[in-house]
Amino acid sequence: MKHRYLPMTEQTKAEMLAAVGVESVEDLFKDIPAAIRFQGELPVSPALDEYALTRHMGALAGQNADTDRFVSFLGAGIYDHHVPSVINHVVSRSEFYTAYTPYQPEVSQGELQAIFEFQSYICELTGMAVANASMYDGATALAEAANLAAAATRRKRIVVSRAVHPEARSVLHTYAHGLNLDVVEVETRNGVTDPEALAAAVTPDTAAVLVQSPNFFGAIENIPAIGELIHAGKGLLIVSTNPLALGLIEAPGKQGADIVVGDAQPLGISGSFGGPTCGFFAVSEAHMRRMPGRIVGQTKDRNGKRGFVLTLQAREQHIRREKATSNICSNQALLALCASVYLSVMGRRGLVEVAELNLQKSHYAKQKLAGVSGVTVPFTSPTFNEFVIRLPEGANMSRIQSKLLEEGYIGGYDLGRSYPELAGHLLIAVTERRSKEEIDRFAVILEGLL
Amino acid sequence: MSMSETINRNEKHDKALIFELSRPGRTAYSLPEMDVPVQKIHELIPEGMLRKQEAALPEVYEVDVIRHYTELSRRNFGVDNGFYPLGSCTMKYNPKINEDVARYAGFAKIHPYQPEESIQGALELMYTLQKDLAGLTGMDAVTLQPAAGAHGEWTGLMMIRAYHEANGQHERTKVIVPDSSHGTNPASASVAGFQTVTIPSTDKGLVDLDALRAAVDDDTAALMLTNPNTLGLFEEHIVEIAEIVHEAGGLLYYDGANSNAIMGITRPGDMGFDVVHLNLHKTMSTPHGGGGPGAGPVGVKSLLIPYLPNPVVIQKDDGTFAFSEKSDSSIGRVKAYYGNFGILVRAYAYIRTYGPEGLRRVSEYAVLNANYLRARLAPYYQMPYDRICKHEFVMSGSGLKPYGIHTLDVAKRLLDFGYHPPTIYFPLNVEECIMIEPTETESKETLDGFIEAMIQIASEARENPELLLNAPYTTPVTRLDETGAARKPVLNCACS
Repeated sequence: MKHRYLPMTEQTKAEMLAAVGVESVEDLFKDIPAAIRFQGELPVSPALDEYALTRHMGALAGQNADTDRFVSFLGAGIYDHHVPSVINHVVSRSEFYTAYTPYQPEVSQGELQAIFEFQSYICELTGMAVANASMYDGATALAEAANLAAAATRRKRIVVSRAVHPEARSVLHTYAHGLNLDVVEVETRNGVTDPEALAAAVTPDTAAVLVQSPNFFGAIENIPAIGELIHAGKGLLIVSTNPLALGLIEAPGKQGADIVVGDAQPLGISGSFGGPTCGFFAVSEAHMRRMPGRIVGQTKDRNGKRGFVLTLQAREQHIRREKATSNICSNQALLALCASVYLSVMGRRGLVEVAELNLQKSHYAKQKLAGVSGVTVPFTSPTFNEFVIRLPEGANMSRIQSKLLEEGYIGGYDLGRSYPELAGHLLIAVTERRSKEEIDRFAVILEGLL
Repeated sequence: MSMSETINRNEKHDKALIFELSRPGRTAYSLPEMDVPVQKIHELIPEGMLRKQEAALPEVYEVDVIRHYTELSRRNFGVDNGFYPLGSCTMKYNPKINEDVARYAGFAKIHPYQPEESIQGALELMYTLQKDLAGLTGMDAVTLQPAAGAHGEWTGLMMIRAYHEANGQHERTKVIVPDSSHGTNPASASVAGFQTVTIPSTDKGLVDLDALRAAVDDDTAALMLTNPNTLGLFEEHIVEIAEIVHEAGGLLYYDGANSNAIMGITRPGDMGFDVVHLNLHKTMSTPHGGGGPGAGPVGVKSLLIPYLPNPVVIQKDDGTFAFSEKSDSSIGRVKAYYGNFGILVRAYAYIRTYGPEGLRRVSEYAVLNANYLRARLAPYYQMPYDRICKHEFVMSGSGLKPYGIHTLDVAKRLLDFGYHPPTIYFPLNVEECIMIEPTETESKETLDGFIEAMIQIASEARENPELLLNAPYTTPVTRLDETGAARKPVLNCACS
């Protein structure tokens, strides 16, 4: 069998078999008992030539409504931001994407420096002292933060706001079961964590409070007050945040957060059906040696030149095995690189401007949709680029979504999917990519469907 | 390259950080216009919630950005740069067509919460991949949600825990691993709430059956195993191993890190394993990305299907595709959304590039390449397990110790020959370990070049050990002070 990725020829095969001292390839598998040898043809999809493959993949892709062709008001954790052209060019450099974890620092300085710069960017945005090389996504980063807090405080009770992303809470519950932690959820009021319910939930044995800001409803939480509450009992404050919003809203690190996590997807990472994205993880200095994941540090070579290495590895699974701070062994290096390039492109002013565009356009849309007859805006808490609307009683959510699709629009997130009490409510995201014309038209179409 | 030809190309100056290129007033961004009426910001968000000090991001223009990252890329070594025989990591060629198709807008620019009618192509791809991976591994169902191998391990162990708990066997709290296992195995067991029991390997490098018999008990939840194992050797007694564990009431976990050796030749499901994870970034050629993203789908036998993470993709009676309903017995979610979809697209394209016969050929040639290297290097390096291996093998640099040379020095010297070194000092049970995995995408000429370099290095070690101790000479930096980095950590540029 000839294949463009396989260099073996009959002649090299014969030469290599001779060097090994066996007669056939089959002889290399004699140690596999006959009873478990696979017979027949593997039940996997058949091979396609390169052209047929592009046709097949193109046909599959063509069945999906993508944001090149559709106007999206859907967010809920994955946002439709403009991705600067240079990002794809940088991450398409195969020296980056075909490399492994930088185990040999002398030939991995590019990746190591890129991660060091990523860590620097995350610290700068979040206002924290230390950041790691990245996590699988924002949801797993949040769960790992709870694990860190439990270990640091030697407590097992985790208090989480119901305004945290439902899937992040679901992931947290899964991890908590494994780690034998108790998770208590706190109700919301007016689109933010209910302060009284939170105060009641925070007991002296609470390891941490987990909140998200801007939260799942798009609203900004009162972080300083929540920090005071949990710190009074010596628990930790964990804040999950949207890094793009940090161009405008205060860094959680300046408001008392002990751990700041989130997903870097808004920073130049395409939605990709929800993954891969890039979780980030930042802590105050006190928790540096409890962090999960890879960390890059600056050092010098034998000639005194600056260089970078993986460091503080005594926390990690390959050294500590069952006593490691986490089982994570990779990071999302290529997506961290996307985020770094994005922040390099945006710079000091660009990040502020893109955040302002999101803020202004979403507020214009909020007011526009509030004017649609039958639609109300149920929460008055301040929001960033996402907000909740309530449709009139009896509105058929799936019919509305389908009709919007026919008009070329991807509607918001049906909150009834994860909050039964919010059936009939839509979560609407408006990024810098939405024009006034698109917003106006969306309002008109929605009105026609109600 | 002889000694006299060794050129010192270590650079003289520090490479600038992007922050050090910043000049006030430069910009590299272009944003959509503000076409809505502008309101006062503090009327939308209370003053106290607004950022007081702008983040000190660099101010550069687009050419700076491109040159900076291009230069960083030139200081990095990937599979496209040359031979990368990093044992246990399966650094095979990453096909370019897979990169192209993953970037199709219909895959890259879709949202996880779109109505199912608008993502039928994505769902069909996931459904087919679930089936293909189940067929490849001999399992009954597959979840694509885990983001990496270690994540898959933990997901599988959580399902094993849920299974035992559902059967009222809460006392099954121990996970058995061989001493040659990857560090993620015991670490994943801890995160899943298990204790680890480590059993020794025999001097043949295989699971010690007596030690296993002695270790299994009423408290055994599972045995975690790679097969071929971390030494690149097939566990010949796998059927017996499975019997021992199953008779004790435990389950068998297959760490798929070494699956590149067995595609189409034998399947974990047929060996007796109940759970398996695959590293798509190893076996299925998706790029490692400098450390990620990967993907670690998990396949299970039918007894564990009730515990799969929610949701999986199903096909409905009318032929359309959908996400399964939430089930109460599920372990829950292990990641937001549905897994690293962009990686799944690449893995699916890879399977379709080879098909059933091609995948089998991949494993055959991976194993032939490894055995060729092993046979050719055996006269020059210690081979603690000198017999037919699978896709990788371990050797030892211990024979060079009399010359003051360690495996690390051999690895550093290899850099000067333009090769990425093998995995070193793993597994832990082999002294001065060098673990080599060539993969099927390397030609005999490439392997011969590597062999010559390894032979020359072994001779340099005897004749001129200083040369190795000071290597590498041709990289942008020389050996780095790792101890100093950990003692006084500098983990960011503290730019503001």
